[in-house]
Amino acid sequence: MAEPTELTRHVEAYIDTSRSPAQQAAALEAIASLLKSGRLTIEAMVREMGLYLTTTDAIIRAKGILLLAEVLSCLSSNPLDKITIHSLITFFTERLADWKALRGALVGCLALMRRNDQVGRVTLDDAKAVLESFLESLHVQSLGQHDRKLCFELLECLLENYSDAVIPLGNQVIDGLCESIDMEKDPECLMLAFHIVKLAAQLFPDPDGPLACVAEELFEILGHYFPIHFTHQKAEDLNITRDNLSSSLMLAFSSTPLFEPFAVPLLLEKLSSDLPSAKVDALKYLNHCSLKYGPERMAKHAEAIWRLLKDTILLSLRELILSFSPESLDTLETPRNEIADGALTFLETAVAQNNDLFLNLILGDADVNLIIQSISSYKSYTEISSEMKERVHAVGRILAVSAKTSIASCNRVFGSIRPCLLEALGISVRDLYGNHPHGHEHVDSEEISFGALFLSVLLLEASRDLIVGSEKATFLPNSGPEASHSIFQGFATGFERAFISTMSRNNYTEVSNPHVFLGVKGLQIFATFPGGLLPIQGSLFEDILTMLVSVVTQNCKNEWLWTLAMKALVNIGSYIFKYHQPEKGPSFMAIVVEKISSLLTSTELGMPYPLKLEAASNVGMIEMNYMLRIVRGVEEALFTNLSEIYTQVNIKSAEETVQLLHCYSTKILPWMQESGGTEQVPMQFVAALLSQIEGCNDLSSVAEEKGIMDATMEAVKFAVGSCSEASQNIIVEKTCSILSSSSYFSVDEYSFPTLPIEMEGLLSTNELESMPAKEKWVLSLFASVIIALHPTTHISNVRAAIHLFMRTFLKGHIPSAQALGSIVNKLCPRQNGERVPSDCSLEEAIDLIFNLSMRYPGKSKITLSDICHAASTNKSLQISALVGLAWIGKGLLMRGHDKVKDITMIFLECFLPTDGMSSKQASPEEEQDQNLHSSVMKYAADSFRILMSDSEDCLNRRFHPIIRPLYKQRFFSIMLPIFQSLFVKCDSSLTRSLLYRAFAHVVCEAPLIAVLGEAKKLIPLLVDAILIFSKDDAGKDLMYSLLLVLSGILMDKNGQDAVIDNASMIINCLISSITYPHMMPVRETGLQCLFAMSTLPHTRVYPLRTQVLQAIARVLDDPKRVVRLEAVRCRQAWSFLC
Amino acid sequence: MERQKRKKANSVDVRELTVLCCPLYFPSPEWNRAAKKSRRSIEEHREESGAEEGSMTLGLINANPVVHAKKERVARTEDPHCDDAVDPLEIYDHVRDIRDPEHPYSLEQLSVLSEESITVDEKLGRILIMFTPTIQHCSMVTVIGLCLRVKLQDCFPPHFKVDIKVAPGSHADEESVNKQLNDKERVAAALENPNLRQLVDECLYSSEL
Repeated sequence: MAEPTELTRHVEAYIDTSRSPAQQAAALEAIASLLKSGRLTIEAMVREMGLYLTTTDAIIRAKGILLLAEVLSCLSSNPLDKITIHSLITFFTERLADWKALRGALVGCLALMRRNDQVGRVTLDDAKAVLESFLESLHVQSLGQHDRKLCFELLECLLENYSDAVIPLGNQVIDGLCESIDMEKDPECLMLAFHIVKLAAQLFPDPDGPLACVAEELFEILGHYFPIHFTHQKAEDLNITRDNLSSSLMLAFSSTPLFEPFAVPLLLEKLSSDLPSAKVDALKYLNHCSLKYGPERMAKHAEAIWRLLKDTILLSLRELILSFSPESLDTLETPRNEIADGALTFLETAVAQNNDLFLNLILGDADVNLIIQSISSYKSYTEISSEMKERVHAVGRILAVSAKTSIASCNRVFGSIRPCLLEALGISVRDLYGNHPHGHEHVDSEEISFGALFLSVLLLEASRDLIVGSEKATFLPNSGPEASHSIFQGFATGFERAFISTMSRNNYTEVSNPHVFLGVKGLQIFATFPGGLLPIQGSLFEDILTMLVSVVTQNCKNEWLWTLAMKALVNIGSYIFKYHQPEKGPSFMAIVVEKISSLLTSTELGMPYPLKLEAASNVGMIEMNYMLRIVRGVEEALFTNLSEIYTQVNIKSAEETVQLLHCYSTKILPWMQESGGTEQVPMQFVAALLSQIEGCNDLSSVAEEKGIMDATMEAVKFAVGSCSEASQNIIVEKTCSILSSSSYFSVDEYSFPTLPIEMEGLLSTNELESMPAKEKWVLSLFASVIIALHPTTHISNVRAAIHLFMRTFLKGHIPSAQALGSIVNKLCPRQNGERVPSDCSLEEAIDLIFNLSMRYPGKSKITLSDICHAASTNKSLQISALVGLAWIGKGLLMRGHDKVKDITMIFLECFLPTDGMSSKQASPEEEQDQNLHSSVMKYAADSFRILMSDSEDCLNRRFHPIIRPLYKQRFFSIMLPIFQSLFVKCDSSLTRSLLYRAFAHVVCEAPLIAVLGEAKKLIPLLVDAILIFSKDDAGKDLMYSLLLVLSGILMDKNGQDAVIDNASMIINCLISSITYPHMMPVRETGLQCLFAMSTLPHTRVYPLRTQVLQAIARVLDDPKRVVRLEAVRCRQAWSFLC
Repeated sequence: MERQKRKKANSVDVRELTVLCCPLYFPSPEWNRAAKKSRRSIEEHREESGAEEGSMTLGLINANPVVHAKKERVARTEDPHCDDAVDPLEIYDHVRDIRDPEHPYSLEQLSVLSEESITVDEKLGRILIMFTPTIQHCSMVTVIGLCLRVKLQDCFPPHFKVDIKVAPGSHADEESVNKQLNDKERVAAALENPNLRQLVDECLYSSEL
């Protein structure tokens, strides 16, 4: 048992009003933990607190009771015995009458009432006593917000958990309920109140029960809240939004059918309100309520509902414009209108509920009939008045929605308007049953009315959706399908003819012709009718496909029509799979896929090649089987073209080949990978490509030009990248065997890769050009394969490969360098004594690369780093070496290898002036030499871009590199101090500018978070760099990126502190950037940065105001409007600084 | 309470200003005298009818203007190679949101300005703005003109020559107003007046719209 003094101390701490809330909470917690641990019992505590609970001082008593109540809420999961609970609840029940200490009583009741059976529950009798006391002594609306909330919570708890105690008190409860929620305004309390009404309605569903007597009164209270008018601005601090309140009120409205006589008239009245949100809500409520109230009750209001809905739909569709763009083939109007949607949904519910009643109303309506009767007069879309368009639109939607509800209603709607439509479409009934079921005769598109087409498209779509939906649910009443079938059949035959003739008679000169649009849409709907109930014969489906395909192949000039037909084909194709209509698959394959695939190889000139490819990829992306067929077509075309290119000059097919390869690698392969296609396709593609090269002995050099080689390499990389290791192994084996069979890559050297490389070949600059075309192809493909390999794929004879690539990249073959980078990125490092899976570990490979010696004729051996350090006089060799080294460095950097430091040091050493170059008077020869040297330095600087930036060609995510997290950040923090010290040492302006170039590459690519961390050190360097770049246009992209980095710093809270210290320096730099003539975004960003500077502390920026304003005044005359506007904004901000 | 008071004081200021500023804005002695006279008469009137009501009836020259809808802002097409020369729409975009000195509406809403009423010749560096006061006797017309001039000074480089005129036949004092609005020295003098300057700034940068 705990010391009484300890308890007393805590109790006093809680009750003392002068203590802080934190201290009180701590005291409460301490007491609760005493109770939980069993060191104190409730009885002891109550005894100890005795006086506090009964004193006549209201404040202390309130505090005391609250303490007891709060303690009980903390103990909600601790078991209590029956007697304790009984005495406590009796105490709190009595206290409910004590209005001065009400809070504690409410909290205590709630805490006890919410307990469940496991930990001891309040008995029904006690609950009843609580309810009686509640009803007797509490006047909820006279209490404060929090107390009201507690009251509602208590009531909610009673209704929810103690319904047996509540039911006997029926009338009293309902009266008390009405009284307590009347005039409530707080959103949280309202949420509870609405829920309580719902609970009460569930407890007293009896039409003669207590609720029925006061239903009108209760609904009157509720009705005042509709529509919810919620003005609370910051929804987040309440956790309640208008939508919550609205849906909660909706549940209360629909809780009992007893509300129907009052709710429906109110909602219908609000439907004609001007407030859009009220309309939307009213429709939502009506929809929900009609489901709950049931058809009989709603039938009484049918007429009023129809009248109001008709008006609402007409009004709301007024703002919608029909769009005839290909995107809207699925839904006719693009901008969704909430009111229209709500009204149509409600109409659907209403028709479904009282089918005959509503259909009588709709089909008997004078307005609707007027439109239907006169439908043939709405000939052309452009000539109809906009009011009539709206009416036709509205009637179409209404009929479509009613037809969608059931087969019976569909038949009825069709039956009643069919004659008018057929007449308007120019089809006589005699034609229908004549001998020409699919004849295209006698229907002149000039006479087909737009209105009729529109209505029939909407209705057909509705019936298709209905059938598809009902098929899914497999509900097919015995008489239903046949009856509907026969009607559809007769009906549809006419329409199909009308659509086809619309398509065939129209000359397609007009862009976005509504007739043609509806024709295509109609055909699409026909083609997507499910097979079982297909109102048209199989041959018709094929006719439709043939027609659409011919539109696609013959109308390439009209982009709108082409896209429309293409989209329709794709929709039809996807429908087959979405709704499982396998019987249509073969026809689609035969007519559409085969045809389009054969287009690729055909020499037909009618259709431009890019369109052919687009059509092919669109069709292929419908489904894997189609894609496989398309891929076959693409490969066929590709290999035919390539074989022509290898042997002869053919510029025309060269262009097509590049497009084919591009489509293959950017569209087909990614799609296959995403949709889980087999890796057979890419693997076979690469294998076939390799065999073709292998078999070709005499390659023409044209193949390299026109970008074919690049496109092929890209395709090979993507294809290999999407293969698994096993297939990659096969590909690598094959490539290696081709390579070793070539005499150019001499066998001797290939098997003994440690031999020094002879430098003779390397000395002549055009060596790469002199390489035989076939060998160059083989080499490039080999490099591409290596680039895309998984880290675990085994490369046989890695050393030989490295040796080969070393030799070729020094000749300037960049893919070789990338392949080397990829190799060093993916090789396994040596582990303690273990044998690595490949025959060469990472360390060995690096060793090989850096120590492989090259031999000049008659000179000593040199290594790669010697070449980079200009040991040879051949500058182009040095440049190739630098670029190659950069790619190797990138591979190492990404995996976080230490060797990269050595590589960066090699680059940095290139900046150091060579002997005597800066001091002596330069002779012409030396001057040339100096120019050459500066270009070398430029390459060294740009190597940092290769190191840091993400490349499209190599070591990106598609090619499975090993990436160490945060490698860029790490590299940046290593390099920053090195650059700092170099800037201090450097004295030549050329070196300086190139050093800044290197620095800029590193900073731009580094993550912003790393940059922010170093902002203080970085800003002076950034500013210097921007000032140097602003002198000419050589570094404009870099300057732009640096400005973006600067603006990133400016926008950040921590960055701003660093900026404040260097404000004047930054302003100077920005002023030089806002007049930068070579690039508009630089000026714009500069002005935006200046604008951001104006928000810095006044004391720092005010002294600079004049300077800035003068500079901005000059920019007001900028040739670009964006810059001028930015300048005005900036100027205004700065002129208001005073 | 405090704030309300200040607001009241402000609103009185605004109304007084047109009168107060007259001596400076119309620097001829004749105008001065006339202005003083009108000021005195206003003050007398105010004393008679009580300050508050007096200002209400006297201050608003056009108490109930016709308000038009704002036109939708047309986003320009982002074409990097188009000729970005200064055009009337650009100028209009700068000035359409200036608030009317009397009403919480923009000049666009009151139809004082329209895109068609602005002409610009970039080669010669000339801008001409014709605006239409809401009523013929609008004494605020000079303030509106002044606002336009200040705004354009802020937004365009000094080599543009800006002419601001009232539309022909739209104002009783058309000729003198035009003369006054295009007189450099009078404009400069008007802007020296702190009260007037404050009124102009309020119109230009107010967010009351």
